[in-house]
Amino acid sequence: MKDDDKWLYEISAKHKLIDFNFKEVWQYRDLLMLFVKRDIVTVYKQTILGPLWYFIQPLFTSVIFTLVFNNMGNISTGGVPPFLFNLAGITAWNYFKTCLTGTSNTFRANQNIFGKVYFPRVIMPISIIISNLLKFGIQLLILIGFYIYYANKGFDLMPNGNMTLFPVYILMMAMIGLGTGMIISSFTTKYRDLKVLLGFAVQLLMYLSAVPYPIAEAQRKFPPFVADFVVYNPLTQIIEGFRYMILGVGTFTWNGFLYTLLISFVLFFVGLLTFNRTEKSFIDTV
Amino acid sequence: MGVILKAENISKQYRLGLVGTGTITHDLNRFWHRIRGKEDPYLKIGAENDRTSKATEEYVWALQDINFEVNEGEVLGIIGKNGAGKSTLLKLLSRVTSPTTGVIKTKGRIASLLEVGTGFHPELTGRENIFLNGAILGMRKSEIAAKLDEIVSFSGCEKYVDTPVKRYSSGMRVRLAFAVAAHLEPDILVIDEVLAVGDAEFQKKAIGKMQDISQGEGRTVLFVSHNMAAVQDLCTRVIILEHGGLVFNGTTSEGVNRYLNSNKISTGFLEFEKKDESAKAQVSRFEVLNANRAISSSFKSGEQMIFKTSVRVNAEIRNPVFSLRISDLNNVNVVTWRSNDFVNEPIPKFQKTNFEISINSLDLYLLDGIYNISIGLADGKEIVEMKIKFYQIEISPSKPNSDFHSITKEKSSKSLIYSLAKWNVDVKGDL
Repeated sequence: MKDDDKWLYEISAKHKLIDFNFKEVWQYRDLLMLFVKRDIVTVYKQTILGPLWYFIQPLFTSVIFTLVFNNMGNISTGGVPPFLFNLAGITAWNYFKTCLTGTSNTFRANQNIFGKVYFPRVIMPISIIISNLLKFGIQLLILIGFYIYYANKGFDLMPNGNMTLFPVYILMMAMIGLGTGMIISSFTTKYRDLKVLLGFAVQLLMYLSAVPYPIAEAQRKFPPFVADFVVYNPLTQIIEGFRYMILGVGTFTWNGFLYTLLISFVLFFVGLLTFNRTEKSFIDTV
Repeated sequence: MGVILKAENISKQYRLGLVGTGTITHDLNRFWHRIRGKEDPYLKIGAENDRTSKATEEYVWALQDINFEVNEGEVLGIIGKNGAGKSTLLKLLSRVTSPTTGVIKTKGRIASLLEVGTGFHPELTGRENIFLNGAILGMRKSEIAAKLDEIVSFSGCEKYVDTPVKRYSSGMRVRLAFAVAAHLEPDILVIDEVLAVGDAEFQKKAIGKMQDISQGEGRTVLFVSHNMAAVQDLCTRVIILEHGGLVFNGTTSEGVNRYLNSNKISTGFLEFEKKDESAKAQVSRFEVLNANRAISSSFKSGEQMIFKTSVRVNAEIRNPVFSLRISDLNNVNVVTWRSNDFVNEPIPKFQKTNFEISINSLDLYLLDGIYNISIGLADGKEIVEMKIKFYQIEISPSKPNSDFHSITKEKSSKSLIYSLAKWNVDVKGDL
């Protein structure tokens, strides 16, 4: 065969450790957008309140948190209205949480499609990240609404120059959520244990990520090793940084920021790597 | 036309039983071998994929050392019994999973149609689903938009295109899904059994469309089906899989015949074991003779065949009716002879003794192919003995003689038999 070398691609068992085909993902960008559209449109079809449900969950959670942690538990929020403090934390946390839980089930939830047709599998988790970003945008609107309300009531809210880091914070949340989600998704194809673990682990992780309290409170009241865990948890850095940026309370250090950024990239690439290895033949074990 | 797809030594191994106990140990052992640069220890074992025998090994080869090539513009049929490895092969070809060993090389974009309506979302409307499904199959949005009208009209669902798909009947869903798939434009199209859906009219439309795709547009198609008529209509070449191995690679008619005829043509005579005495009668021996009174099972079309049946009668049969039927491999009955068809009853009352019944075919022009023979004996309406498709004969094209050229299945446009007729063409003068 004279043209033996002109193969478009090969399907084989061997694969390189790093084997991303970004060009291919780009070719499927229409599919990505259609998946995003599907996620957004179909969730609240045949519901009366429709997209209003996006508002209800964070609002109610914030109310409960305020009652439990601030009214009863007496946690100091540094002069910021506790409700606004909690709402900010929950809005940010929710984005991470939905990204993680959404992507961690990629292989199992889509085994029917994946078992029948090929497209770059990574499209699926990415579409979840994007559709969650839109939901996050909607939830951000209520946060802004309450923000303006409290600002008008004369509370001293101090938005600051860190606001420019906002896109980076979003990116870090997306990368940690996606990275961890892809790792979990890859392992659950064979071992289902992680799926069981994930449900309550996310719930517990929230309490160790400084969502309902500032870092300073953790350092004052937790046993030292727990406080250290909270501080070195990259999610804490994101939540606290997000609140610092808009409310001007809490602690922000560049070291913490860069540390979080590094962790995000590492998790993201490890996730991508595991996912890529798994996608080739997960359908045999899922 | 060059080779567009090439499979080299494709094998696929599966693990039997539950994934669970031992999975981690096997995985760790594999990993330990890999980091030392050694071969996967579990690749050496594995039984041939024969579903009926009891599993003796923990691993099984669903496919083993498959090699084939597909040329551009070819329609390759992949046939085989259930569990022969067809679907596994398609899964590998469509990149759903990867082979355990070997490599598939391709020069074109492959789109696979292992199931119609993959990714249909019940809440979305027909139109939205056309876009979603098209994109899943690899089409760009602009491509789909350009073909939207064509797709909708092909599916015949114009009226419902803005209704959620969950309100569709299953037939409509399938039509819509097939319509999307049929308008794909990949270099290589992989299709699995999708034709087994829809009503007769739609199936015809679907086969027609597939013919257009493969012949009119010169696209390469890989087609898996159990429907031999469809395979014969569409494919230019077939491969047969058996127990995970490739056992045949050649022309369509040869392959289809071989597949349908996997239990071989009968040779010689058949003798049957003595049954219990309570049966009224029993066939004890069957044979087919040619004009020279020699036992044979392959004949030229039109050649004389003598079907000789020996019957042992245990009790008197007052109204004996003996029948012999010849059917083709599609289970179409081609000819049936019954002893009571004739006015002068050829069979007298059966006494308790042995009989021999001979049927001598006169002027039966079967077309070339394999045929099954069934016989039956009844007492009036009560069936006494029946043997269904127990003997096979092969008919080859007739020798051309002074009256006609050789008749073959292809020349006779797939009719069932040929019959001599007297022709007369009169010239009625100029216009």
